[in-house]
Amino acid sequence: MIEFDQVTKSYTQPGARRAGSVHALHEVSLSVGESEIFGVVGESGSGKSTLLRMVNALELPSSGAVTVNGVNLAALRPRDRRAQRRRIGMVFQQFNLLANKTVLANVALPLNLHQRLGGLAERGLGPRRRPGAEAASADRAREMLDFVNMGAQASKHPAQLSGGEKQRVAIARALVNEPDILLCDEPTSSLDSQHTDEVMATLLRVRAEMGTSILLVSHELDVIRGACDRAAILESGRLTGIAEIARLQARESFDSYSERARKYLEGDQE
Amino acid sequence: MNELAQRLGEYRGEIVTSIVETGAMLGWSLLAAVLIGLPMGTGMYLARRGGPKERGWLYSGLNGFVNVVRSVPFLLFVVALIPFTRWAVGTSFGTTAAAVPLSFVAVALYARWVEQTLVEIPRDTVELADSLGANTFQLVTRFLYPEARSGLVLSMTTVTISMISYSTIMGVVGGGGVGDFAIRYGYQRYEYDIMYVTIALIVVLVMLIQTFGTRLSMALDHRSR
Repeated sequence: MIEFDQVTKSYTQPGARRAGSVHALHEVSLSVGESEIFGVVGESGSGKSTLLRMVNALELPSSGAVTVNGVNLAALRPRDRRAQRRRIGMVFQQFNLLANKTVLANVALPLNLHQRLGGLAERGLGPRRRPGAEAASADRAREMLDFVNMGAQASKHPAQLSGGEKQRVAIARALVNEPDILLCDEPTSSLDSQHTDEVMATLLRVRAEMGTSILLVSHELDVIRGACDRAAILESGRLTGIAEIARLQARESFDSYSERARKYLEGDQE
Repeated sequence: MNELAQRLGEYRGEIVTSIVETGAMLGWSLLAAVLIGLPMGTGMYLARRGGPKERGWLYSGLNGFVNVVRSVPFLLFVVALIPFTRWAVGTSFGTTAAAVPLSFVAVALYARWVEQTLVEIPRDTVELADSLGANTFQLVTRFLYPEARSGLVLSMTTVTISMISYSTIMGVVGGGGVGDFAIRYGYQRYEYDIMYVTIALIVVLVMLIQTFGTRLSMALDHRSR
């Protein structure tokens, strides 16, 4: 599904006297399978976000190749690359919801981008869109909001939601185009533990019900251990190993906060 | 007081005419600000160093234009632009001619405001648009403008008020307007009370515009609630 073949990313250091360069990633090779939840762990600056952003070609490799379903996005023309990106969902640490749009409009946004010149048509300035297209995308967005249990909040604005709710809306937005792949960049790092559990439980349901492959970058080892099948460990841009995560734990459901608190406080950390 | 009211009554025609002239000058220049200044400011934001579509030469060109227009003292700018004005609208005298230099200033002012308003939008918004496969036009119309709209309205309010101020000196090229009325009748004919009444009128107008702009911008802003 996703293949990294000897991928190196180097930056020329700004202000450097010599043409020296810093390796963000150094000859990384790995592959992520269908319906797999694949973790990437590492300290900050280890290159894990760079690795994630190469999958949808927000960053391009300096050498080596990243292919998604056999397609090398870096080699495509910008227009084709944009089309491919629409098939890869992305979830961010800071949610990146548009503050002036309602929850429903945020989720419907990726669908509306498909309609060329949709912005003009919406204002009655351009060619009318397919009749019913708007209603269809609103229906589809509602469906996704129900999936993440946010259906009741569709008409709110992001500022009225908690962090966990915002991230669930962001997941709904990322899934609205039915992508094969979901990229998650530190999705729980700005959330407290209760909201982290909500978000992770949602991601597990995404895989279980939609069969989506998920690439999950996090520095939180608990999150990776609780959700992933395998995880790449990065250190200073080098892949130091891929961990097969033990299947002992009940990975399909995250314990509730109180359950975990009880286990932790009573010393049962299994 | 009675005498003032009587004289105001006498000048009623001129006052109405001057208000219409001011309205025309504002209308043309603000139209130019929206049609030219908004895309220009957006272009400056996109093309600036570190912007989403960095183009050094484009930024230098637009930035240079804005800086030149804004730095030439306005009265000199009006005079210096006369040949262009004559070429563009066929005359260098009257309200329409006065709208030309005003439009230049409105475009330059608004372009700068638009650039600065867009810079305030979190960089993550651009990243989101990229990840969703949006093209540049969609980035601007579907992501940046909706997020920046309250700031764009507020800056348009500021530009409008500046244009009222600039328009008051358009009497030098026969542009007329409220400011010209105040100077001709109030100052040059020593009817100071007429001048003060006119100034009060302008103050009220500015306050109304500011109130309207602030309210509209608040209604459009959902960032904190």
